[in-house]
Amino acid sequence: MPLIDFANPSRFLAVVERILPWLAAAGAVAFAVGINQALIAPDDYQQGATVRIMFIHVPAAWLAMFTWALMSVAALGTLVWRHPLADVAAKAAAPIGAVFAFICLATGSLWGRPMWGAYWVWDARLTSVLVLFLLYLGVIALWRTVDDPTRAARVAAILTLVGSINLPIIKFSVDWWNTLHQPASVFRVGGPSIHLSLLMPLMIMTVAFVLLFVTLHLAAMRNEILRRRVRTLRLMQADAALERA
Amino acid sequence: MNAFAALLVRDIRIAMRVGGGAFMGVLFFLIVVTLVPFAVGPDLALLARIGPAILWLGALLATLLGLDRLLAADHEDGSLDLILMGRTPIELAVVAKALAHWLTTGLPLVIAAPALGLLLNLDATATAAVAVTLLAGTPALTLIGLIGAALSVTLRRGGLLLPVLMLPLTVPVLIFGVAAANAAIVGPAPFGPPFTILCALTLASLVIGPFAAAAALRHGLD
Repeated sequence: MPLIDFANPSRFLAVVERILPWLAAAGAVAFAVGINQALIAPDDYQQGATVRIMFIHVPAAWLAMFTWALMSVAALGTLVWRHPLADVAAKAAAPIGAVFAFICLATGSLWGRPMWGAYWVWDARLTSVLVLFLLYLGVIALWRTVDDPTRAARVAAILTLVGSINLPIIKFSVDWWNTLHQPASVFRVGGPSIHLSLLMPLMIMTVAFVLLFVTLHLAAMRNEILRRRVRTLRLMQADAALERA
Repeated sequence: MNAFAALLVRDIRIAMRVGGGAFMGVLFFLIVVTLVPFAVGPDLALLARIGPAILWLGALLATLLGLDRLLAADHEDGSLDLILMGRTPIELAVVAKALAHWLTTGLPLVIAAPALGLLLNLDATATAAVAVTLLAGTPALTLIGLIGAALSVTLRRGGLLLPVLMLPLTVPVLIFGVAAANAAIVGPAPFGPPFTILCALTLASLVIGPFAAAAALRHGLD
């Protein structure tokens, strides 16, 4: 189904209502399997049991970056194609992305305390993810400051596109600088360097996180559409009251 | 190009006159630098070590805090509409405004930095290093802030929003500015690589800043 079919918010809402329970159920199943697999995975020979933090940390980091990338595409949708749901998608994604970035930072620092001896080090990867988190908060602040939704959408879209410069910096920070954070070990030339017994739970958890994101995102988009309808109704009501007076 | 020069001269003139606030940035810079020894204690060796970082932080804040009026003042009195409707490309017009802002805010900061370096016990090499890195880096701060100024132009309470939006994006400039200054002072890393990256950041923001700001003005004003 082409993207333009979702341009009609009512049709979009109908589709969301139909698939949301299935997505939520699939996400729950994926989490059940993934957490189970993560708990029975063998300890790492160096990190011991703390390796299990990775099963939360890595998918959250991927999703935090993916969410900004999705917001950037939505920003293009707002500015270039004027897709009516693009700004709804962008607005609904921002808080979810912020939470993923926060989970990534929080679990990372919990892992860092026993492994590196410090909750936080000022290394390029950590700093760039912190900047991503701050950018999320900035976009949310911008959405909350501009009262007209269409104009808020456009200015937030520009900020999103400017902020997307940060994504390659995060991805390649471990290659460009000599960081304490370990280099890429899953998506790399020559295949993953993680053992299969640890890679499998990671992949299942990633699927679970993606399902969680899609579920939350579609629900948030539905809520945003309904919120805008309520706003329009209120404005119409105020207008009518004004005319009566 | 004539319109570019006219806009530049007009903005500089407005900034220099009463209510323009051209030297508020330098004043703010002076006060921030003066506050630091009260906060960390008057240990001269410590001040000399963190001096470049303090000067850079002060310059960063002084540049960004003044930027919210750059386009908002023109929006309020209607001249921004004239600029947008004129034949000069908006990208060029905002470059003229940014250049005027840098000449009246950024350049005074660079000139004042050596004097403030004395307060922080910096020697001649350190002072020169900070001044040169500020000269190369402050245009990037103005151009990044230009995006924020364009984004928050119609907001009545945009004052604090601009630094919140733009300070995360200035992190690379701060990192390489201070890294280059420290490389020149204490080594052992060479001065060249961080300094060239700093120049690259300024050039990149010269490309990204005006286009993003012009897009924000086109889309945000109707």
